Amino acid sequence: MQRRTPLRPNRRATLLAAAGALGLLALPLGAARAQDGPIRIGEINSYTGLPAFTVPYRQGWQLAVEEVNAAGGLLGGRKIEVISRDDAGRPDDAVRIAQELVSNERVVLLAGTYYSHVGLAVADFAARNKVPFLAAEPLSDALTWTKGNAYTFRLRPSTYMQSAMLVEEAAKLPAKRWATVAPNYEYGQSAVAWFKQMLKEKRPDVEFVGEQWPALGKLEAGPTVQALAAAKPEAIFNVTFGADLSKFVREGEQRGLFRNRPVVSVLTGEPEYLEPLRDEAPEGWIVTGYPWDQIDTPEHKAFLDAYRAKFKDFPRLGSVVGYSTFKAIAAAIEKAGSTEPQAVTAALKGLQLSSPFGPITFRASDHQATMGAFVGRTTVKDGTGTMTGWRYADGANYLPSDEAAAKMRPAP
Amino acid sequence: MSFYLVQFLSGLATAATLFLVSSGLTIVFGVTRIVNFAHGSFYMLGAYIGWSLAERIGSTPLGFWGGVLAAALAAGVLGAVMEVLLLRRLYRSPELFQLLATFGVVLVVQDVASWIWGPEDLLGRRAPGLRGSVEILDQVFPLYDLVLIALGPLVLAGLWLMFHRTRWGTLIRAATQDREMTAALGVEPGRLFTGVLFLGSALAGLGGALQVPREAINLGMDMGIVVEAFVVVVVGGMGSLMGAFVASLLIGQLQAFGILVFPEITLVLVFLFMAVVLVLRPYGLLGRAEEAPPTAASPGPPLSASTGIAAWAPLLLLALLALVPLFAGEYALIVLTELVILALFAASLHLLIGLGGLVSFGHAAYFGLGAYGAALLATSWAAPMPLALAGAPLLGGLGALIAGWFCVRRSGLYFAMLTLAFAQIAWSVTFQWYGVTGGDNGILGVWPDPWASGKTAFYLLTLGLCGGALFLLRRVAFAPFGYALRAGRDSPLRAEAVGIDVRRTQWFAFTLAGSAAGLAGGLYAFSKGSVFPTLMSVPTSVDALVMVLMGGVQTLAGPVVGAALFHLLRTEIMSLTDLWRLILGLVIIGLVLAFPKGVVGFARDLVQRGRAA
Repeated sequence: MQRRTPLRPNRRATLLAAAGALGLLALPLGAARAQDGPIRIGEINSYTGLPAFTVPYRQGWQLAVEEVNAAGGLLGGRKIEVISRDDAGRPDDAVRIAQELVSNERVVLLAGTYYSHVGLAVADFAARNKVPFLAAEPLSDALTWTKGNAYTFRLRPSTYMQSAMLVEEAAKLPAKRWATVAPNYEYGQSAVAWFKQMLKEKRPDVEFVGEQWPALGKLEAGPTVQALAAAKPEAIFNVTFGADLSKFVREGEQRGLFRNRPVVSVLTGEPEYLEPLRDEAPEGWIVTGYPWDQIDTPEHKAFLDAYRAKFKDFPRLGSVVGYSTFKAIAAAIEKAGSTEPQAVTAALKGLQLSSPFGPITFRASDHQATMGAFVGRTTVKDGTGTMTGWRYADGANYLPSDEAAAKMRPAP
Repeated sequence: MSFYLVQFLSGLATAATLFLVSSGLTIVFGVTRIVNFAHGSFYMLGAYIGWSLAERIGSTPLGFWGGVLAAALAAGVLGAVMEVLLLRRLYRSPELFQLLATFGVVLVVQDVASWIWGPEDLLGRRAPGLRGSVEILDQVFPLYDLVLIALGPLVLAGLWLMFHRTRWGTLIRAATQDREMTAALGVEPGRLFTGVLFLGSALAGLGGALQVPREAINLGMDMGIVVEAFVVVVVGGMGSLMGAFVASLLIGQLQAFGILVFPEITLVLVFLFMAVVLVLRPYGLLGRAEEAPPTAASPGPPLSASTGIAAWAPLLLLALLALVPLFAGEYALIVLTELVILALFAASLHLLIGLGGLVSFGHAAYFGLGAYGAALLATSWAAPMPLALAGAPLLGGLGALIAGWFCVRRSGLYFAMLTLAFAQIAWSVTFQWYGVTGGDNGILGVWPDPWASGKTAFYLLTLGLCGGALFLLRRVAFAPFGYALRAGRDSPLRAEAVGIDVRRTQWFAFTLAGSAAGLAGGLYAFSKGSVFPTLMSVPTSVDALVMVLMGGVQTLAGPVVGAALFHLLRTEIMSLTDLWRLILGLVIIGLVLAFPKGVVGFARDLVQRGRAA
């Protein structure tokens, strides 16, 4: 009986919506490729998902682009134009955006990303579409090693490098019984795995007596601290960061976990993580980080002054990463002498440039940059956390040899 | 021994926070039947406001506790405002439509909070006078946590007194038991609901403000807590305050001791627990059968098949879409491909929601299973693409077959939360099973075979497969099976009486929906080249739900239109501005207010009214 009902309007609505959809889609069709117009770079990052990290990063690359363009641009006067997009922290969105940037915006190179899985997704896209991709912030070792590809390069020191830098210091401690606490995902797991492996190589007498794997962002601080204390370790290796870290530090202080117990902690010296802890920043942890207010090399001073003048704010580590990423892109294009993807990719291999941290090289063997980090101890000064007794650990010294690294990469 | 005691106390402190938040949620749900996604947002707002007040006046005990109370009241007021401005206009819409509105509020609050308080984590002041710790059997324990432990039962007692010793509380209990009857007896529901939203949101805000001395306030607090609060509410039994209390105690202890026994599975422990409780007890620990919520869709006018020209409209649309590659660019094709896939995904969920009256919160699991099935076949076993694609619906269907057997034994929100539990379990398995799934680094290199690798070829393939699947889903709706499914939705009792095995029909529908979602997932994997656990995470499930609700649950075209609308809005706004959550949230709220039956439902009403005139 109902089958006789005449014309159903819901179909009409479908058609209308579809027509509207097509109209929307037809709009942003590609700009023509120009040989003398600006050089277009596609940039993707988790701006809404992780604003605390990505906004300083964006300011960093904005400064670099401004400097390059003010100095007359590249390839005889062509300016850099960056088309920047938010990936909402989702790899599938990032792949779609990469496609949009390549097809519609005709970018010659992709850059950015923060999360490792987003970085890997874009890297895979880049290899497939033969577009060079300079990953700025992801830490996963897979990006340049087990899942490395010909078109992907990475600037920031990887999980392995961060662990290696800390192992060197940890091995000097008398502690023999270690406990670890790390967020339960690839970054936390590989940081702990590398730390254990390398520390045991240097100090066969250490043992690992306890481990905690809180879910990322969901650390149950009290129970975790108590469980760590129950293992009676002589030292602790910490990989938690962000909101988890502040809970862990607070509970740990209140429950005396850190009393007479050295803590070795990845990334905690970066202003992104140290600054929100204010005067409750832990005292004497051995960390990797970035003591922005204390580095007085000329490269860093120039960067610091320019950054503060432009943004009326101090730089975070992300700012240095964003700045150096785009300086590297500019150097690669200049070295290639063109914007052809193959030429730029070839130029990135072995590219040398000066960064605020000193000279860095993109290794030809595994496409990892030799940018390092600062290793030192945390302390509180004037009501904020900072680093003391630090030294610059050059990334080149904390990477496996070229041959060993190349062996970990898939066959081309 | 002393160690276990302190661990137990830590669990109690966790439980106290959980109880404050979930008691608010259970009260709101009990009276208004609203699945309030925004509850976590009020928790977060309470925390932020509490932080601001603690910074200004929190150096004295009076200022600090006054600030906590003020933050709770402020969150309560905001909740009442949401009720008056938004929810009140939606009580006559289909059930669950309010869920969409509260989701819009979540998005808006995220951006507004980021705008007011900035993106960085904010570490608040410790409570004055309670900074230190006490020694309990030579274990150190923070003083503040002791205060929290005491606060949980105090709030419970306060609420109990309010509900049993005041007129307003009695009215609330009456409305929880029978909303219609209470209204019929002359209690104005509007005022009651506003009051309930105020109370519930204030409790959430109190829970949030009390976190200031414990952790850094951050923008991820809202989604973190709301899922856990739902778990507590459902485990305890919906609408049951005592149940929420018992459930938060259990879950607090589970988390405190779970990390000692299985430090690696903290990700799913609570969901496993919820699944077990729901399998054993249909209405949670202390819930009662009559408090079970009505099913999702109020049926509305029955579905009817189109005839005449309209019957050909889908084919015409398909033909039009097949012509798009002639003039569209590469990127447009990519977006269209995604859109077609998501349309199938949404339509598969609609089979459950619209026809079965079964609201699934975990539909992404089957989408993800399909994606992983296809990706694993294509990479680990080097299967050709057609074979890998064939595996996708099989794996999605298999997963749904297993989960469905348990889920269809429950109804309403209990069903929804059980699907969520299974989805979370599937998610954590893919997240942690490095050897097979690659963990959170996913599986890369899932690209189509050469013959389908062109954008046009893959688009046409997707269009063909999804079009076919959509056609089949439509056939299902008008086949005897579809009628049986709808009968089970509208009146399970009568359906059983005429000989329909409602449970088995729903189980098959669940499996069918799972395999359709699996096919969509498989195609999605090949269109992206990589798969990650995010594909089966809660946000993906929520996206699917939003698509279905946006289009409207009462028509078959609803989910397809909803998927197109949502995806286009999201991609277009995202490429224009960083404030896309704010804008998307406002658009959703606007749509909800303008089209309280979904976009397609609105269009249909319009035409029907026109014809009647």
